[in-house]
Amino acid sequence: MAEKVLMTALSPTMDEGSIVSWSKKEGDSVAAGDVLCEVETDKASMDYESTQEGTLLKIIRGEGQTAKVGEVIGIIGEQGEDITELVQAAESDAAASEADGAEADGAKAEASRGGAETEAAAEPTGAGAGDGAGNAEGAAPEARGGAEGSAEPGSAPPPPAADGERIKASPLARKLAEQRGIDLRRVAGSGPGGRIVKDDIENYTPAAGAEASRAAPAAAGTGVYGATLPAQDESIPVSRRRAVIAKRLAESKFSAPHFYLTLSVDMEQVMTARAGLNRELPEKAGLNAFFIKFAAEAIKRHPVVNSTWKGDSVLQHGSVDIGLAVDAGAGLITPVLRNCGAKGIAEIDAELKQLIEKAQNDALQPEDYTGATFTISNLGAFGIEEFTAIINPPGSAILAIGKTQKTAVVDEDDDLVVRPMMKMTLSCDHRVIDGAAGAKFLNDLKQMMEQPYRVLF
Amino acid sequence: MAGYDYDLVVIGAGPGGYVGAIRAAQLGLKAAVVEKDKPGGVCLNIGCIPSKALIHQAEVFGHGAELEKLGVKLDYKGFEYKKVQKKSRTAADKLSKGVQFLLKKNDIEYISGDARVNGKHEVTVDGKQTLSCRNIMVATGSQPRELPGFEFDEERVLSSTGILMMTELPKRLVILGAGAIGMEFAHVMNAFGVEVTVVEMLDSVLPIEDAEAVEVIAKAFKSRGITMLTGAKASALERGDKELKLTIEHGGKSEPIACDKLLVAVGRAPNGAGLGLEELGVAVEKGFIEVGDYYRTAVESIYAVGDVIATPLLAHWAMKEAEIAVEHMAGHEGEPRLPDELGPSAVYTVPEIGSFGPTEQRAKELGLKFEKAVFPYRGAGKSVAVEQPEGLVKLLYHAETHEIIAGHVVGANATELVHELLLAKKGELLPEDIATMVHAHPTLSEAVMEAARTAEGWPIHA
Repeated sequence: MAEKVLMTALSPTMDEGSIVSWSKKEGDSVAAGDVLCEVETDKASMDYESTQEGTLLKIIRGEGQTAKVGEVIGIIGEQGEDITELVQAAESDAAASEADGAEADGAKAEASRGGAETEAAAEPTGAGAGDGAGNAEGAAPEARGGAEGSAEPGSAPPPPAADGERIKASPLARKLAEQRGIDLRRVAGSGPGGRIVKDDIENYTPAAGAEASRAAPAAAGTGVYGATLPAQDESIPVSRRRAVIAKRLAESKFSAPHFYLTLSVDMEQVMTARAGLNRELPEKAGLNAFFIKFAAEAIKRHPVVNSTWKGDSVLQHGSVDIGLAVDAGAGLITPVLRNCGAKGIAEIDAELKQLIEKAQNDALQPEDYTGATFTISNLGAFGIEEFTAIINPPGSAILAIGKTQKTAVVDEDDDLVVRPMMKMTLSCDHRVIDGAAGAKFLNDLKQMMEQPYRVLF
Repeated sequence: MAGYDYDLVVIGAGPGGYVGAIRAAQLGLKAAVVEKDKPGGVCLNIGCIPSKALIHQAEVFGHGAELEKLGVKLDYKGFEYKKVQKKSRTAADKLSKGVQFLLKKNDIEYISGDARVNGKHEVTVDGKQTLSCRNIMVATGSQPRELPGFEFDEERVLSSTGILMMTELPKRLVILGAGAIGMEFAHVMNAFGVEVTVVEMLDSVLPIEDAEAVEVIAKAFKSRGITMLTGAKASALERGDKELKLTIEHGGKSEPIACDKLLVAVGRAPNGAGLGLEELGVAVEKGFIEVGDYYRTAVESIYAVGDVIATPLLAHWAMKEAEIAVEHMAGHEGEPRLPDELGPSAVYTVPEIGSFGPTEQRAKELGLKFEKAVFPYRGAGKSVAVEQPEGLVKLLYHAETHEIIAGHVVGANATELVHELLLAKKGELLPEDIATMVHAHPTLSEAVMEAARTAEGWPIHA
């Protein structure tokens, strides 16, 4: 009996995906767990592993084509089986879907190869770079605590025609997954008809789900402007990642009343400390690791900065989970370092390097980039002197770091001296953080950076 | 089949045996059942079924009192208890024949005789006929446990079998043991006008049921004039010419009680010994056959299910165990055992109890993080309309996840109502799923919905 292969939601916020490439050809045999194709989601390119077995009889969506979650991308059955009806049904679906998404689809053939470059070209590239806009990603802001998006299929409703693609899970399993922040899409069901039951959640280990991540796709972001610049207006399709960035930042900016505090920091001591540490560390620690460490120490003394607005309550997080805005070529992403308050600089730096590498390889898993309780965006490397960033929910504050540059400063003796100064700007959600609280935090942070021994206080 | 006569030989045609054999046939195994008595075992012949027939007749009889309240004058003169008893036998015989029919329909060979396990793949019947088989399933059940000093004579000192065969009502009946069997007979005999005293060693009647549910029954029994002595023990029996004289130790005193018949219902003894299993290396402890996963014994080809293993001695447990065992023989790897909390228990007194999972007391002892929701029957309009407002639905659920832990229903039709809760538990539904499902009005099931709503904090009729 031939079965439809449906586009499934490979990330919590995905509602459509485009086929980057098929790993199987028509006529190839398929075992459960085999990679069928590579799909570009709103977050990353991911392998689509088959849950079905048989022979790939027909590819309905070819490379570069897009399918909504629940739409048919291929047909698996037994060699020689008559699948005319299934193919007709699937193709008429595909036609209908293309009709309403004509614009997106038309552009897709190009986007599958060129899309990433288009954006990369328009934006600065490089590790540790953010784009001013704090971060968008987080995608499912509640993914760690609430996982509402994943527990409720309603967040990305598959078309009714897509029978069977609703996630089958018992209500208890859904609730447990929600309480534990487990994405049901990553859990294999062992109950009747593949239903996810309590035991599946209890026995779930994130590692098992993460294995689905892939090694390394082509490095995106080697952007060069085309030889001929368009002479007329051109509509550039929005990638899924760009769409999420747009949506999340607009939500943050429009719902959280932002205010901004700026201070100048004398960076000499930080640079001395870094040079000293790096003489001893096997791998040189980047400046961002220092920013994260100092921020974590200051947050420990001002926990209100590490909170989430919940409408009728403020959730003060026990763990300081700091996101760092990274330009991953195809758009901004914010990998998150967990529990920074308990880690040293070497550990933070090592983790950061791994995350950045994953980000640039499009290999971040949702748990890698969701749920930052505080965010840092550093555009110093791009020569930016100072800027304001948009808060990255569920956090309530984001720190925008500018370039360290030699500046003429009037010292205590009213002499003009040249110091390495850096401007940093804290964006705060006023619903959670008042001006004075934000100012105290920022001032403490400045003092620690100017006199690192204060971390010991 | 590698030269065996059968894939499976089942010893015992009770609920475990015949269900296992039919399931085996469904899975394509060639099966035979050996039974030394009648098809259907204790359950059909001298247990669940005839006792439920008596309980039904008691209910019919009880309607007389309700009719009298409407002014109807009844003449009880022609009433004979032996007609009641005969009806129960008719029901038992019908169903026993039904089992025989089902076995035949499924091409299962029914062999009448006394079976003994003679080897890992060999069963002998009456010491003559030898059956070779790939697997053996022992489902030999249990029998009423005898109490030293109170041995059954089945004339005046009765087992559950004896009282089912009894054709005349005694004037006074004492029942030793207030488990389900004792309490059900107390209910029936009281309904037919017998003076009943129940004697229980433990501190409560129906000691394995939830205390809050039992309280409803104890209250009802008391108001119907049934004497219940708990924390009491019968220490001596004198079988006098005219009557039985019992000595009961109760509250630190010795008290004589005279009666015409005595029912000893202090439990059941498994029939696991003397089948030839010990010789093959299968452990048999006080008559219980020891089994592991899939109810398999230490000998790989031999399985045992039902009352003869140390799981609850209930027909539906035996049936489920047989299914699991046989499916395993057929190569299926399902759940290796029926989890305790998914096996319901039922007590057919008036009011009834239907329950599963730990009692509240037990849940506390286990240190479970639970909360409870209790909804009284009288909050469901139907219970008042049908004059059965006594009862409650009690739900134990996990404090954080709201996972259903246990259900205890006491009241009219409780043994049926409990299954909605049990289905919810098995399917991992939450109280809110029951709370938001529309239940027809008026029904007693509304009490189940309201209990679930109570768990969610919004009962309407409370």
